Formats: sequence, C-alpha cells, structure tokens
Amino acid sequence: MTDTSVETKVTRNQWWDVWDQFRSHKGAMLGAIVFFIIVFAILFGPMLWPYDATTIDIRSRNQGPSWAHPMGTDQLGRDTMARVMSGGRVSLAVGMTAMVIALVVGTLIGVLAGYFKRLDGILMRLTDLFLALPLLPLLLVIIMLFRDKLSANFGPEGGIFVLMVSAIGMTSWMQTARIVRGDVLALKEREFVLAARSIGTPNTQMITRHVLPNVMSPIMVSATLGIATAIITESALSFLGLGFPPDFPTWGRLLRDGTDFLQQFPERAIWPGLLISLTVLGVNYMGDGLRDALDPRIRGR
Amino acid sequence: MLNYTLRRLILTIPTLLFISFIIFIIVKLSPSDPTGGLPLTIPPEVREQIREALGVNKPLMVQYFLWLKQFFWLEPRLYLEGAFGWDLGTEGETRLISYATRSPVMDLIWQRMPQTLWVVGTAYVVGVLIAIPIGVISAYRQYSAFDQIGTFVSMIGFSVPPFFSGVLVIVIFSVLIPTDSFWWLPSIYDTTHQVVDWESFKFQFRQMIMPVMVLALQITAQISRFARASMLDNLNQDYVRTARAKGIRERKVVLVHVLRNSMIPVVTVIALGIPGIFGGAIITEQVFKVNGLGQLLIIAIQGGDVPTVQTLTFIFAILIVLFNLVADVLYGLLDPRIRYD
Repeated sequence: MTDTSVETKVTRNQWWDVWDQFRSHKGAMLGAIVFFIIVFAILFGPMLWPYDATTIDIRSRNQGPSWAHPMGTDQLGRDTMARVMSGGRVSLAVGMTAMVIALVVGTLIGVLAGYFKRLDGILMRLTDLFLALPLLPLLLVIIMLFRDKLSANFGPEGGIFVLMVSAIGMTSWMQTARIVRGDVLALKEREFVLAARSIGTPNTQMITRHVLPNVMSPIMVSATLGIATAIITESALSFLGLGFPPDFPTWGRLLRDGTDFLQQFPERAIWPGLLISLTVLGVNYMGDGLRDALDPRIRGR
Repeated sequence: MLNYTLRRLILTIPTLLFISFIIFIIVKLSPSDPTGGLPLTIPPEVREQIREALGVNKPLMVQYFLWLKQFFWLEPRLYLEGAFGWDLGTEGETRLISYATRSPVMDLIWQRMPQTLWVVGTAYVVGVLIAIPIGVISAYRQYSAFDQIGTFVSMIGFSVPPFFSGVLVIVIFSVLIPTDSFWWLPSIYDTTHQVVDWESFKFQFRQMIMPVMVLALQITAQISRFARASMLDNLNQDYVRTARAKGIRERKVVLVHVLRNSMIPVVTVIALGIPGIFGGAIITEQVFKVNGLGQLLIIAIQGGDVPTVQTLTFIFAILIVLFNLVADVLYGLLDPRIRYD
C-alpha cells in the first residue's frame, strides 16, 4: 500500500489517446485547422486591419479587389474585409452562445429524464412536442415579435443578440436531451453506479461525480455539431432580413446585402457565404473526428 | 397494426391542440394592430368597429376556439361543398380573414400551394432518386474513390446552407454565363408561366433547374448517407452469405436481397424529411423569388398578418406530426419484425 512506484510510472492521460485518434482522422484535422484559422482571423484581424467595418468612405465605393481592399468595398465605400471580419465575430459569438444554451438545457433535461424515472415521461413528451414544432417559422415569428421590446432594454444590437441566442438555444436542445437520456439510462444499470449508490451517495453527487463525466463524449460531439447548426440558423435569419439591424454586419446579413448587387459584384455575396460554408464544413468534420476519437471501441483499433 | 395506427391517430389530437395553442399564444402576443395598414383618414370609431368585426377585442380563449373552429370545422365543410356541390350550411359564416389582403387565409394558401409543391416535390423526388444509387454504390465499394467523393459531397450538402448554394448557382448560371448562351438559366422563378406547348415546357424546365438543384443537394446529402449506412449494415449479414453461397448472381444479391432490406429504414427517413423540406424551402423560395408558401409566410410575418402567420405555422406543424406518424406506421408495415402491439 505504501509502495509509490505506481505513481512514478508515466501515466498516460486518456485524453492523449483521444488526441491520437483525432489526429489520425485527416478530415477532422483539416477541418479543425480551417476552423481555427477563421477564428483567429476574425478575433485578431480587426485589431491589425487599418479599416473599420462601419467607416463610410464614399469616394472609394464599389471597388473591386485591390491591395488596399482585398475583398473590395461596398456601395458606401466600407471595406468588405473589415466587414466580413467583424461579421464573423458576431456570427461565431451567436453560434457559440446559442450552442452553450442548447447544451445546458439539453443536458439538464436529458440527465433529469434519464436519472429520475418519475420525470422521464413528462420530459420526453415535452421533447417530442418541441420536435414537432416548425422551428424556422416559429423562430422568425419570435424574433419579429420580441425584437422591439428587447431592443428597448438592451439596445438595438444587444437586444437582438439576447433574443437570437435564446431563441436558437431554446429550439435546438432536443437532440442533445435525447442522446444524453439514452446514455444515462444505460449508465444507471452499470455496476459502478450500483456501488456508488450502495455506499449512500446522494443523487446530486451521483449525477455530478458519476453520471455527468461519463456522458461527456456525446455532449462534446453535439456541442461541436450544435455550433454548426446555430451558425447556419443565425445566418438564415439574417439572410431573411430578421436578424441584426442593417448597419450591423453579420455573415448572413452581408450575404443578403450582397445579393442586391449580384449582377455587378458577385464577389460581395460570395465572400461571406464562403466563410459560412467553410466554418460549418470545418466544424462538421471536427465533430465527425471527435465522435470517432471519443468512441473507445474505435479508438482501440 | 391497425390498432396501433388508430391509437397514434387519436394521440395526435392532443399534440396538435397543444401545438396550436403555443403557436396561437406566441403570435397573439404581437403588438401589431390589424387596422394599422388602413388609411389614416378612417375615424377612430370606425376603426374600433373594424376591430370588433375582426374579433380582436374578444377574450383570448374565445379567439383561440374561434380559430380552431374556423380551421377544423368551417374550412373542411367548405371544401366538401366545393367538391361535391353539397349544402352544409356554411352560408354566412365568417372565414379566417387575412389582415393584409382581406381575403380568406385558406384561399391564399391554396393559391401558393402549387408553386411550393412543384418545386419542393420535384426536388425531393430528384434528390431521392440520386441519393439511393449513390448510397448503394458507396456502400458496396466502401472506402473506394467513389465512396470518398460521395462522403465529401454529402458533407458539403450538409454544410453549405441553401442561401449560399442558391446564390452561388445564380452567380454561375445567370451572371457569369452570358444571357444568350444555352447554359444560361433564369434566376427568378416565373410562377405566371403556363405550360402549353413544347417551348413553354422547356422554359418551365429551365427555370426549375436551379431551385431544384439547390434543394436536391441537401436532400441527397442526408439520404445518401443514410442509405449507405443501412446498406453496410445489411451487406455483412448472414443471409447475404447464404444467398451468395446458393449461387445467386452478385447483381441480384445486392439489388434484390440487400437493397430491399436496407430500404426499410431509408423509407422512414424519406417520410420524416418531407416536413423539414417545406421549412427549408422558405429560404430557397426567397432566393429564387418563388411565390410559394414560404414567401407568403415571410410577407405575412413582416406585415404583422396574424391570421396568416398562425395558420401557416400550424399547417407546417400538422405536416411534421402527420409525417412522423406515417414514418412510424410505414416502418411497422415494411418490417415484419417490428410489432407495436
């Protein structure tokens, strides 16, 4: 018992195995690289880039790509590259925050439904009901209705951000809840849970110590895929004109504005669209690789 | 099976009632005034009378039940009258009136329905017809070049949203290609166009190519992945080895034995996808300016047209619930191992 040689042996964290498996998935690595390049570019780009997203320079309007403006300028002379970068910040912020909300709600409902038998029926009926709601029409309606009220409280940008994030989050937790519930149901039958219960572990500790750590992998996978869906939803809403105010760039909004000039300047619509697609593609491939890497049956091979 | 279907059908009633109530409450919370679009010269007391006539001053529950009555009781009777020439006593009853156009909401919906059904329906059929062969081949030749390309294309179909793929094909086929070229395609869908002869059919065909292409890409992406997974599951089964051992030709083994068994889950996924594609068509219709149901919804939302919004949203919800039921029943019918009761 007092022998410490076990501790001096190099213990390999299981996350290294996950990382090795993830690294062997070419698509996932490429996706992750593309995603992080985009994230870094929009995080640090605006600090280094001399132009501001909202500065109007009417003399240099409607320019094509040049060294000064690599993506050209729009009809008011605003630099498209600066707009794309600050638009990306908003789109990614909305995507990530909405994903976190969906994940918290989904995990909570999934764990409660799986762990407490009495809550299972009612919570799963609720999930089914939410799955039967026509989400895109409802999101459009919700944003249309509450935009003005929230704008009054949080300011035009803050209000729509809060609204968008909570609306997207509250309508996309269902898949996570279902997956988590299924895993919790299976976990409950395992011996270590029985052992923990036999020494009198209370429910809250049971969930935080034993259940939650063991359902981390499906949660992480749905987190990755959730970012992708949230970004697409936000862009779709902005594209339909129900997103952020017009002078506030997001990728979807830029794409919508770009379609008005499709005949003369098609690149204006293509840049934001390409970035949405690349981000989502990267995130989806990352999710794919993560799913394989977190699955111990595949990892052993 | 019949028992199960009936039970599920009865269960849809409370589900739909609950959903209709949620939709009604959300839409009713809107601050929009039904008389807001009328000329300012109308005196306030007349305005009040108009509101009274539209029934907006009644208690919420009364309005809700009135809407349900109009939707589930009055409208079906009207169709029966229209279809068979019966008299079911609908004379003098008020139908659900759109605030924006002052015409019955259901008439608006029936006007818009054909365009949506044409575009969405064609896209769905095309998408499924492309997806299943792709799924079969990529499963049969797993990890081949074809499979890799198929995986990549379906990943693109998942990731590229329709509002970008639509814009992209418009840029390629309508902007970059000169107007007089054979490959040029119209970017705006002309719904007044009527097919009377070969020339007009060709035009109709050309204007449908792009919206159908955009929608079909997404459908193909989902269904081909599913068909592939399902084929892979079945290809390793014992009965496939038995069939080969009996000396059945490979072609027949794959296309008859394996394909038929792997289509069971695929068919249910196809059924489940139908309502989703109506929602997705909202964006595609906006991109190609198709005046279908999706565009009607967007216009109604922007104009605060409460009756139209709540009815359309509810119709989308009915589609989801209905096709969920269809998928479950189909699964039971196709797979004799599945017994619900």
